[in-house]
Amino acid sequence: MKVLVPVKRVIDYNVKARVKPDQSGVDLANVKMSMNPFCEIAVEEAVRLKEKGVATEVVIVSIGPAQAQETIRTALAMGGDRGILIQSDSDVEPLAVAKLLKAVADEEKPNLILMGKQAIDGDNNAVGQMLSQLLGWPQATFASKLDVAADKATVTREVDGGLQTIEVALPAVVTADLRLNEPRYASLPNIMKAKKKEIATKTAGDYGVDVAPRLKVLKVTEPPKRSAGVKVENAAELVAKLKSEAGVL
Amino acid sequence: MAVLVVADNDNAHLRDTTNKTVTAAKALSGDVDVLVLGQGADAVAAAAAKIDGVRKVILAEGADVGHGIAEAVADTIIGLAGGYDAVLIPATASGKNFAPRVAAKLDASPISDVVEVVSADTFVRPIYAGNALETVQTADAKKVLTVRPTAFKPAGDGGSAAAEKIAGASASGVKFVGEEMVKSDRPELTAAKIVVSGGRAMGSAEEFSKVIEPLADKLGAAVGASRAAVDAGYAPNDYQVGQTGKVVAPELYIAVGISGAIQHLAGMKDSKVIVAINKDADAPIFQVADYGLVADYKTAVPELMAALG
Repeated sequence: MKVLVPVKRVIDYNVKARVKPDQSGVDLANVKMSMNPFCEIAVEEAVRLKEKGVATEVVIVSIGPAQAQETIRTALAMGGDRGILIQSDSDVEPLAVAKLLKAVADEEKPNLILMGKQAIDGDNNAVGQMLSQLLGWPQATFASKLDVAADKATVTREVDGGLQTIEVALPAVVTADLRLNEPRYASLPNIMKAKKKEIATKTAGDYGVDVAPRLKVLKVTEPPKRSAGVKVENAAELVAKLKSEAGVL
Repeated sequence: MAVLVVADNDNAHLRDTTNKTVTAAKALSGDVDVLVLGQGADAVAAAAAKIDGVRKVILAEGADVGHGIAEAVADTIIGLAGGYDAVLIPATASGKNFAPRVAAKLDASPISDVVEVVSADTFVRPIYAGNALETVQTADAKKVLTVRPTAFKPAGDGGSAAAEKIAGASASGVKFVGEEMVKSDRPELTAAKIVVSGGRAMGSAEEFSKVIEPLADKLGAAVGASRAAVDAGYAPNDYQVGQTGKVVAPELYIAVGISGAIQHLAGMKDSKVIVAINKDADAPIFQVADYGLVADYKTAVPELMAALG
């Protein structure tokens, strides 16, 4: 079966985002960028399905600037077979991303779309669900365990208060949670081999999708700073301060 | 303009995240209806009818909506959406599961994790793990928002809304197999007034429960954990506080053996008072802590228990 894995290039998760002084956004110039951690988990799961003989082809797709090609290369070095880059220099909202991915899915006809549960920049947690709705396919979000058979997938999901297991008919959209797996590091030989794998470059226009933003960002500000605290010497002083000063005990 | 709030419930109890979402909804419009989805959820509907300022409660019953199957829940909401200008959903794991589906069907750009309602079309939400706040204005005819419950005060009781019953939609292609819920007598993490969280420093699941749980029980607190502690298997995943786990804003948050990574801070930095106990004086958690105690938790926690009496 064919597995489609959308990946996103985002600010590296170790980097603290800085708001631009003119409040127009977050400063991304000269900041280290990487593959969104949840996307890595999705790629890893797709590659494992291939290693198990369940998946025959893993197609990586990314929407973003020309540099998103590096993100696709990383996924190809992890074991993806080929890539599709839909180039866009402006920020594309989740709704437009979902529409673009639907167009890709209509063309590629994958049996499974595996993707991250959320990107750590926009923190929207929306694309997978919207894609599933647009395609009319079942969804299984926040997956921590995935078993794929010929025509169905059994998915354990992380829900409020515990775990839930559901069975979805394929084709379906599955979004990966943290505990689905531990993504591998790409080895140097695989990084070299990935350079030879094919990446098709497209634009939103090729798919006839309007990516004009629906939301107008009025400003991006820093969250209020917490005032500096004090260090206490011992537990007794801590309890005393929590009772008298803070009044929370 | 009318607003539909989707209740957060477990078929038997209404969670106060619903009351908090009603508060956000009232900032948009005076006409707020609450939709309860469940199976055998009459008690939930009755509780929702008592929320102050609610116009009407709609109870949608069915097996699939009772299990929170996203397709069924979203289809039920979409069936009602014609009568509303905005749908507000608590930003819980369950709410995040179906809210974007509703938005996609209505061709609206969803707005996730709203922390402030500026006006009927302008909202504030955190991005980049809470390191920035984005103010967005939407032109969508129908708005679909998820609301971060910890950012709003719960609407009180005192209402007496009428309730009507409809049939919940069912889903095809999805089958509920089973669930495994963590049993706990402690307060719920997102609603607790005090939260005691443990981190990687605990070293094992036994140590985690030996150190963190008695302290939590002494304070009547909920137990939380850092991602490192959850990934290492010291605590179940639904204890996780952070960007990818639960967002809490209790009166008192006690972080024990937690360094304070960006990911974790995103889930707790709106707590009223933060206490950090860590033996590393340079741990980033001390930069947000109101009270810091530089000490090994192995000695500090027993002393704290003793000082609490």
